[in-house]
Amino acid sequence: MASTGPSAVDLAQIYDVLVIGGGNAALCAAMTARESGATVLLLEIAPKEFRGGNSRHTRNLRYMHESANEHLTGPYLEDEFWEDLYRVTEGQTNEKLARLTIRKSNNVGVWMSKQGCMFQPAMRGTLHLSRTNGFFLGGGKALINAYYATAFKLGIKILYDAEVLDLKIQDGRFASASLVTGHTFHRVQARSVVVASGGFQANLKWLKESWGEPADNFIIRGTPYNKGRLLRVLIDQGAKTVGDPRQCHAVAIDARAPKFDGGIVTRLDCVPFSIVVNKLARRFYDEGEDFWPKRYAIWGRLVARQPDQIAYSIIDSKSIDLFMPSVFPPFQGDSITEMATKLALDPTDLNQTVDLFNQATRPGKFNPAVMDGCMTAGLEPPKSNWARPLDTPPFYGYPLRPGITFTYLGVTVNEKAQVVMQDGQPAPNIFAAGEIMAGNILGKGYMAGFGMTIGTVFGRIAGKEAARYAIA
Amino acid sequence: MVICNACRYCEGFCAVFPAMERRRTFEDRDLKYLANLCHNCRDCYYACQYAPPHEYQLNVPRALAELRLETYRDAIRPGFLLGLMKRNGLAVALITVLSIITVLLLTIVFSGPPTVFSAHLGENAFYKVIPYGFMVIPISVLALYLIITLLIELNHFWRETDGKPADFADFRANGLAIRDALGLKYLAGGGHGCNYPDDRFSHIRRWLHHFVFYGFLLCLASTTIAAIYDHVLHWSAPYPIWSWPVMSGTVGGVALVVGTGGLLNLKRKMDSLPASPRSLGMDVGFLALLFFSSLSGLLLLILRETPAMGTLLAIHLGIVVGLFVTMPYGKFVHAGFRYAALVKNAIESLDEEN
Repeated sequence: MASTGPSAVDLAQIYDVLVIGGGNAALCAAMTARESGATVLLLEIAPKEFRGGNSRHTRNLRYMHESANEHLTGPYLEDEFWEDLYRVTEGQTNEKLARLTIRKSNNVGVWMSKQGCMFQPAMRGTLHLSRTNGFFLGGGKALINAYYATAFKLGIKILYDAEVLDLKIQDGRFASASLVTGHTFHRVQARSVVVASGGFQANLKWLKESWGEPADNFIIRGTPYNKGRLLRVLIDQGAKTVGDPRQCHAVAIDARAPKFDGGIVTRLDCVPFSIVVNKLARRFYDEGEDFWPKRYAIWGRLVARQPDQIAYSIIDSKSIDLFMPSVFPPFQGDSITEMATKLALDPTDLNQTVDLFNQATRPGKFNPAVMDGCMTAGLEPPKSNWARPLDTPPFYGYPLRPGITFTYLGVTVNEKAQVVMQDGQPAPNIFAAGEIMAGNILGKGYMAGFGMTIGTVFGRIAGKEAARYAIA
Repeated sequence: MVICNACRYCEGFCAVFPAMERRRTFEDRDLKYLANLCHNCRDCYYACQYAPPHEYQLNVPRALAELRLETYRDAIRPGFLLGLMKRNGLAVALITVLSIITVLLLTIVFSGPPTVFSAHLGENAFYKVIPYGFMVIPISVLALYLIITLLIELNHFWRETDGKPADFADFRANGLAIRDALGLKYLAGGGHGCNYPDDRFSHIRRWLHHFVFYGFLLCLASTTIAAIYDHVLHWSAPYPIWSWPVMSGTVGGVALVVGTGGLLNLKRKMDSLPASPRSLGMDVGFLALLFFSSLSGLLLLILRETPAMGTLLAIHLGIVVGLFVTMPYGKFVHAGFRYAALVKNAIESLDEEN
């Protein structure tokens, strides 16, 4: 594999394109720049084993396509794509950049395959997405492995354990970057730079600035390396920001997950079949509002607003086999009282909540595969679908906490992926791709596999434009 | 397994993950089955976001290899020969050397050095060095022992995975399993190959295994045809170059030498982290034994008209005896167990379709 020691990479050389970051967007930028003829240096902060940023935890990519292929079951066209995006963001998006992303994603799977990506045939279990999203065989880490192998073959210089500390920007142009690798400081020069170093979600201090005390109880689902250093550097040097620092992709995950890097296995899919209560044993939101894949991205924020940022999803034995098993075994109790004791909730309060809920359920034809309309009557908040009484022991309970995938605060870019400064002018040789600029397009909400779309499309744009600037 | 079942990113690679998804909890019998369904392609290891140094330290191929070894050891019959598998590398080496020396000494003692060390031509040349009875009877007895032991061990494994004897006879399931086995479907991972020797995808391991597998079958065919020629048709060896036994034996022998040599080389170069260190001796021992038995067989063919024939014949037979003795206590048992796991997998897949 790629030789990775600093000795193998010449830091004294002036590169055409410097890529900061080592995830999907960074690799797409690096490969594209290299294929355009540029010399490329890629600096990844993580050691080789943890390379790839959040991309190593991803699984699929949503892209526009006019017809079905080996791994997608049907067409997905611009208008439908745009409507889906508009709905999840509630209009908080830049239509020009969003439509650019969608159009440029057209058949991007072909390009990805050429760069080594392997897609898996559409399979059971992923029905909701098999038309719109291409699934990487083996997931994001396999994709990243393939991209690194291709990058190495293309002659891209790659340095792991390389943390960029600062950028030297003169007269609005990037001149050099200072970095530390293996306890030594270096300054590396390049004709243009692509910053694809992710959001700041692993920077607990920064999260706390935006969220206050509750941030202490957040779990970071992905890489611990996305501390937002380069985002801060760009903002300090006058880049125009985009997005709300409080906005992030936050889902409700098992509270027992590790603080960082727990990835997919900490997710819980039981919510629509359960009642969710806070630490006061009170329900606070409609658990059956919509299909879980369409709703799970709002539950992180819902839990974050509850006292101590904790909630408990409780089901009975009727529902235990209806969702994907999770890595942590549920707490189990033969009565609601026992369940309450196990979850450290007040038994009287929990019994009251469950009784009220059970009384509000109505007979109906329960069907987990459709929005079955089994709803509560006269209950606040209601449960609109899949509402069945909790009456068949044993009962199972899962603790929930907000799990942050990535933050939306970023730098503004134009359609060439150039970073826009506060005066509204784009920096000619500073480009951004991936999570650091995803907030331009995703101002709110999320849809599966779209972060990878933005990273891939803007990575390619940034790589091409950075090479064009450097070589011209 | 619980981590895998909550993640499922690897479901496209092989049969293990879909089989896992059919279960919510994992009993001993499930694990034994899954371990033998695993073809050790390592695709899941390099794709795993939880592989070491991640704090979950998930190493599926290694864990399954360790488990697989346990299923082999559990099945050893007779039980007191377990030591042969536990220190298989050593056992294979010692038994083979001993059996070569024994066959060689017996040959020299009974046939006399002048017979052994001179050239023999024409009909019955081999039997001049080692008389018919001495060659055929011990080998036949050993072969019978080998087959019976392997069947008993396979039966034990099938029961351990909760299989009913009747299920093993399922016609359609066997058809699917034979297809999977003959094509080594799961040594192709998700279709792109194995991660050997490193994290890049390659079909080299599958091809080398094909060489070994079909080479072995050809050698088996060669021996069988030769036995029919000899005992039924009364044409005795050595046979001409363009005869069926010699041709299939030669092609098979070359394939075996290439396959086992290649696999040994791959083992030498491979990343050792996803491998079970405990099964290395067994793997290498079996490959080396196959390598040397085919190499000695080929040498015997090339030099069969020279005075070296007698010695080579004794050595070749010695190695084959060593192979037969150690086969039920080493890597060879994987053939039956993996086939059984494929049958079980086919039964489950068919059930699911219905």
